[in-house]
Amino acid sequence: MSRIENKWKELRKKNLKAFIAFITAGDPSLEYTYKLVLELEKQGADIVELGIPFSDPIADGPIIQASSGRAIEKGVNLNKIFHLVKDLRKKTDIPIVFLSYYNPIFHYGVGKFVEDATQSGVDGVIVADLPPEEAKEIKMFSVKKGLDTIFLAAPTSSTQRLHKVAEASTGFIYCVSVAGVTGVRNSLAQSLKKRVEDIKKITDKPVAVGFGVSNSKTAEWVASFADGVIIGSAIVKIIQDNLEGKDLVNKVGEIVKGLASAVHRV
Amino acid sequence: MKNILPDIKGHWGKFGGKFVPETLMSALEELSCAYDEATKDKKFNEELDYYLKQYAGRPTPLYYAERFSKKVGVKVYIKREDLLHTGAHKINNTIGQALLARRMGKKRLIAETGAGQHGVATATVAALFGLPCDVYMGEDDIKRQKLNVFKMKLLGAKVVPVKTGSKTLKDAINEALRDWVTNVKTTYYLLGSVVGPSPYPVIVRDFQSVIGEETKRQIRKLEGRLPDYVVACVGGGSNSIGMFYPFFQERNVKLIGVEAGGLGLASGKHGASLCKGSEGVLHGARTYILQDKDGQIAPTHSIAPGLDYSGVGPEHSYLKQTGRASYYAVKDKDALNAFFMLSRLEGILPALESSHAVAWVNNFSSNFKKDDVVVVNLSGRGDKDVDIVGSYIKEK
Repeated sequence: MSRIENKWKELRKKNLKAFIAFITAGDPSLEYTYKLVLELEKQGADIVELGIPFSDPIADGPIIQASSGRAIEKGVNLNKIFHLVKDLRKKTDIPIVFLSYYNPIFHYGVGKFVEDATQSGVDGVIVADLPPEEAKEIKMFSVKKGLDTIFLAAPTSSTQRLHKVAEASTGFIYCVSVAGVTGVRNSLAQSLKKRVEDIKKITDKPVAVGFGVSNSKTAEWVASFADGVIIGSAIVKIIQDNLEGKDLVNKVGEIVKGLASAVHRV
Repeated sequence: MKNILPDIKGHWGKFGGKFVPETLMSALEELSCAYDEATKDKKFNEELDYYLKQYAGRPTPLYYAERFSKKVGVKVYIKREDLLHTGAHKINNTIGQALLARRMGKKRLIAETGAGQHGVATATVAALFGLPCDVYMGEDDIKRQKLNVFKMKLLGAKVVPVKTGSKTLKDAINEALRDWVTNVKTTYYLLGSVVGPSPYPVIVRDFQSVIGEETKRQIRKLEGRLPDYVVACVGGGSNSIGMFYPFFQERNVKLIGVEAGGLGLASGKHGASLCKGSEGVLHGARTYILQDKDGQIAPTHSIAPGLDYSGVGPEHSYLKQTGRASYYAVKDKDALNAFFMLSRLEGILPALESSHAVAWVNNFSSNFKKDDVVVVNLSGRGDKDVDIVGSYIKEK
């Protein structure tokens, strides 16, 4: 059983919802990412999403675009991120999921990517611009190696598409809360609840909601009907605001602690 | 071609496809259906023909460039897309897609633009059909194509400066896609080239094919036969596909695509994705792209903003792979040279993009056979480029 599956099982036993935290690998440096992942876990994150920096992140808003840009400037690439995960695996068993665009993976070689990801201890992959229709190759390798492939369900997805997404996904389903790019939003549409319920009618796989969840109040509300809550921009924003500061890790820890406890309160 | 391409999923062999966020998948399906219906609708086709003829000024002449021909030693015909309303071939596509948007009940148009020609053509049809329009344009391009920026504003469109990445066409497409993801229910994304996710490369190709269809008829009348060479510049590749497509089955007609060689292919400062790039996925399609060792999209350079792009239409990648078309690169300075040459010999100021195609004919001149007939697609006029050309003259 994969680390992700184990985690869901463990959470279900405790009757808890999952808090999934996103940061970009290599922002502001890989050394920081190492410390930050351990801090995220310490403060209550159940799963960590590591963003693979890409020059043209069309699904991301300004905060994650800038974060990705900082990592690229540092020369961060897949090889280095695999090393980072290997190092982290000596310290932690928290499920680690990559969130990438397809080109860095395609350029690395899809088969080699899946091989090296699983070897270094990565548990799953989400590719922002890869719908199930184009995912044949990565699915083929992932099934063989036991890497979870998580697909996105959008507010615009038809029922027919939701079936496709649910079927292709392993680990969990990433439900996008709003039509739009990643970013901080103060509130989310009430219709989100219905959407998550619709997906849950189709599948038994866990459904985690992301895009736009940015404060404890929204996180708690989302956790009341979804299996997990994914928060990225709100955390990356803290990194962006504390690039020069010495207490970057503590500042991130603080906000994550608040968000995690909001999700776990439900 | 025996098999119908692209296949149902929008693939030409391994190229093309739909590499987009899930949020856009339904919109692309909706677009495919609407387009299929529209092309079968007699009224839609009549309306398209009407606007192409009465509004845009089709058919455009196929002009025998006598003095230029003498210079290069081979018979050269110029397809005068520069004479179209708004000054470039882009209007062929924007009229078609605006009619489609109207048919689909979309209330707002967005577009990306590099040189500003597609931006102007979109702003034009937005005014014509009374639709609000936002055009995304890289900040660097805004600086070097001032005339077109002003034209778009005069036409009532909003020009949104893009400050991210390399601040050119690639980044303008990123921003347009982000807008579309956000406003997908109400907004029609009027893509200007044969790039992007399926079905865009097909839609744009079909609307631009009028160039090649007319050329075929005209050259038969003028020469009693088809040309030996058909030459067009390739950025994203819309004018070239439009010219090439009707000639695909005519195996004796050589199809030549000319990319931006910039400061030279060895310099790394160019926009030659087909000549120098490798396979990758950009802006929703698998195609040839310029990228670094980590799969990050590489910055490009060209004197011609419309060719300053790190990707290329997936169908071109397929044509390169099958060998049906050949692709070459022409340097900035040769394109500039061709700009002056055509201006002085024929009284035609070509767009710097189209100047690349003219330059290729000039560079290749010693290789033509005596009786060869060459058609060059003059995709746009050079008025927009006088500032750029002026600054090069000053530098000298």
